[in-house]
Amino acid sequence: MTPLLEVKGLKAFYGTTQSLYDVNFEIPSGGITTLLGANGAGKTTTLRAICNMVRTEGMIRFDGQEIGRMATEEIVRRRIAHVPEGRGTFTSLTVDENLRIAAYTRRDKAAVKEELARVFDYFPRLKERIQQQAGTLSGGEQQMLAIARALMLKPRLMLLDEPSFGLAPLIVLEIFRILRRINEEEKVSILLVEQNAALALDLASHAYVLETGKVVMSGPSSVVKNDENIRKSYLGY
Amino acid sequence: MQQLLEQLASGLANGAIYACVALALVMIYVSTDHLNFAQGEMAMFSTYISWQLMNWGLNFWVAFVGAILISFVMGVLIERVILRPLHNAPVLSIVVVFIGLLAICNSMAGAIWSYLIKEYPSPFPKSSFGIAGVIGPHQLGVVLVTLVVLTLLFVFFRFTPLGLAMRAAAQNPQMARLVGVRVDWMLALGWGLAAAVGAVAGMMVAHIVYLDPNMMGGILLYAFASALIGGIGNPGGAVVGGFIVGVLENMVAYAGNMIEKTTGVYIIGNGEKLTVALIIVIFVLTLKPAGLFGRVVVKRV
Amino acid sequence: MPAFSRKWVMALVVLAIVVPLLQPLFPDLVSDYRLFLVSTMIIAAIAVLGLNLLTGFNGQISLGHSAFYAVGAYTAAILMDRLDCPYWLTLPAAAILSFIVGYLFGLPALRLEGHYLALATFALALSVPQILKYKWLEDLTGGVQGIVLSKPEPPFGLPLSEDQWLFYYCLIVMLILYWAAANLLNSRSGRAMMAIRDYHIAADTMGIDTSLYKTVTFGISAAYTGIAGALSASAVAFVAPDSFSFFLSIKFLIGLVVGGVGSLAGSVVGGIFYVLVDNSAQALSTYIKSDLGLQFDLSAYTVFGILLIVLMYLMPTGIVGGVYGMMRRLRRSS
Repeated sequence: MTPLLEVKGLKAFYGTTQSLYDVNFEIPSGGITTLLGANGAGKTTTLRAICNMVRTEGMIRFDGQEIGRMATEEIVRRRIAHVPEGRGTFTSLTVDENLRIAAYTRRDKAAVKEELARVFDYFPRLKERIQQQAGTLSGGEQQMLAIARALMLKPRLMLLDEPSFGLAPLIVLEIFRILRRINEEEKVSILLVEQNAALALDLASHAYVLETGKVVMSGPSSVVKNDENIRKSYLGY
Repeated sequence: MQQLLEQLASGLANGAIYACVALALVMIYVSTDHLNFAQGEMAMFSTYISWQLMNWGLNFWVAFVGAILISFVMGVLIERVILRPLHNAPVLSIVVVFIGLLAICNSMAGAIWSYLIKEYPSPFPKSSFGIAGVIGPHQLGVVLVTLVVLTLLFVFFRFTPLGLAMRAAAQNPQMARLVGVRVDWMLALGWGLAAAVGAVAGMMVAHIVYLDPNMMGGILLYAFASALIGGIGNPGGAVVGGFIVGVLENMVAYAGNMIEKTTGVYIIGNGEKLTVALIIVIFVLTLKPAGLFGRVVVKRV
Repeated sequence: MPAFSRKWVMALVVLAIVVPLLQPLFPDLVSDYRLFLVSTMIIAAIAVLGLNLLTGFNGQISLGHSAFYAVGAYTAAILMDRLDCPYWLTLPAAAILSFIVGYLFGLPALRLEGHYLALATFALALSVPQILKYKWLEDLTGGVQGIVLSKPEPPFGLPLSEDQWLFYYCLIVMLILYWAAANLLNSRSGRAMMAIRDYHIAADTMGIDTSLYKTVTFGISAAYTGIAGALSASAVAFVAPDSFSFFLSIKFLIGLVVGGVGSLAGSVVGGIFYVLVDNSAQALSTYIKSDLGLQFDLSAYTVFGILLIVLMYLMPTGIVGGVYGMMRRLRRSS
């Protein structure tokens, strides 16, 4: 079976500085994969590279189609949803507008309505705050809103950048529970970038470890988790 | 007393025009951080186009809509062709390009239609419009047309998906791309809309100030003052600012007139309009850069 | 600037001094009108030089230099008209007054950057003609009518025509001002000016008094342009409010951009350039209307506008910078 996302020989540049050297990985359809590594290893850059938000070289193939040269918005329209680092919301728009903007590309109003209902089923808290400005939400709520908005794109692949960043442990657990549900119920494949490796390895079935812009190892989560060498040298716990 | 009412009404009519141009300026500012110094001349050019259409025998309102559509297309083209490649250029380059645009619009209008001042018709019936002694037919018409345009724009931005996408693109282009919004086109669309709103202002004011290539210079300055008072970057504020500035301008002239009448000393009158605008601009820019209603977006960290 | 350019400058200066004297030999080639035209070019060069000091070397955008030009011109005109002041004495007066006005305008400008400074100066330029027509100033400024003056007479009974003398007069003033500007830029203060342009925050932390430098630069720049204004009052022998509209600022801007932002020699080229285009466009327009019978007013501003935009794409360093760049490339390849 062809993988959903296939990345080969990926290089990425910020201006003239190269920050990814030779990144290769695959994401199977339907699974959860995680990218681990220390600060500055290139995790965020990899996600940004997939959406063509940095200058890249190499091959990125989504569902058998080369997307490396496409504009970000065209990639997104092929149903790759990217939840960026930090609070990825439009702070001056309301919760409702934040969700609707994601459905802007779609014509089937009835389906959008249904989806909105389903999103609120995952995140009942957002429903209570539907007319509130996104900027006034708490950190956890903003992260939920960002994920909810990604869901509104009806994605086949969701790229999540540090969803636990700066949040209280209880909220992080709640969010990760919801992510698992989303993966199972919506058949959304997930590529998760996390600082918190233990948490990510619990959720993901497969892990890649990045170091200074290269994939240095990969394997099933259970193997990575139990390999003390990897844990000590790359994951720091 | 009646004179005061008349002044107030004409202030509102002028204010409506400033509001339109100010809104056009804000629309471009929020999405690109640029101040469009050519906005006034673009509006003037649009007004000439409508005049030309009428000259070819079209009815006022047909010419009105025609000119708006043409202006919209021109605005989109200007953004796509001229400004797009300069997206990351230094401020000076962008200012220079705007001034270039201003010079081209102004001189081309003069070249094509000559610098002779032309009369421009008012579409509003004299008999059934206006309230005698308070507001003239054209003034009332201007206020109404402006309110219709502003309402349409409000509805568009507030309630349509495209309007929402444009707001999202203006607020955070990167993120807007991540939800599939074609940000580049949104900017061009914003330019088109700004040009169209400016065209409305030009076609409404031309009956009052007469049609000539330099008719918008002062109005643009007032529009900048309005936008600044409302807090540049705040569309609602720009509209309110427009009306405030319009009324203020007439009140200042009225007060100056009264002082001259009672004391015989001339202090200020219609001749100092632009100086008043200059003072407002510098005062707001240096002392109250966020404007009267400028507010920081609420943010919880 | 490369070393060879010093020789070129000297040659040009010598040429400039000699050419007017050849008038008796080639009366058609070196006509009074042509000399007058060159004088206006020199004046334009000084005005652009002033703008360049501020925008090019200190990084503060100004669309309002027509205002300082007006201050200079009116100072000169009023002094000559009211006080019978000799024309050469109007220059220091114009310089001082323009400096003060520029310095004062530089104070609020301290709080403005980029687009906003452009806006404030744009507003200034737009309101200048109205301010000049202000009723209380009418006694001094002559209101809409302006002030009619007489051209400067050659001093010491020199056997020169008015236009010949005007040419030398402008040339001397420009050489002095150019020399002063070059020295200023080579000094500690000049380096501070440019440091503020390039690394504003760093300059601040390095202990450069950025506020002082910026306001004084504003003043000096205004003084240069004011002197140009005063010279123009003498040259044209007439001032009126509407000759100081925003379009004058556009001319300075085209001079700046064509010559090159941040290039002294370029300022001279830029000044010459805009006078040349302005004149040929007028001639061409008259030709189109009277000889071809077309109702089409070709304006120099169409050319200026297109050039402003095109240059921003093709030669952001201006024509002088562009030519230098090309010469360097040619030399390297040969």
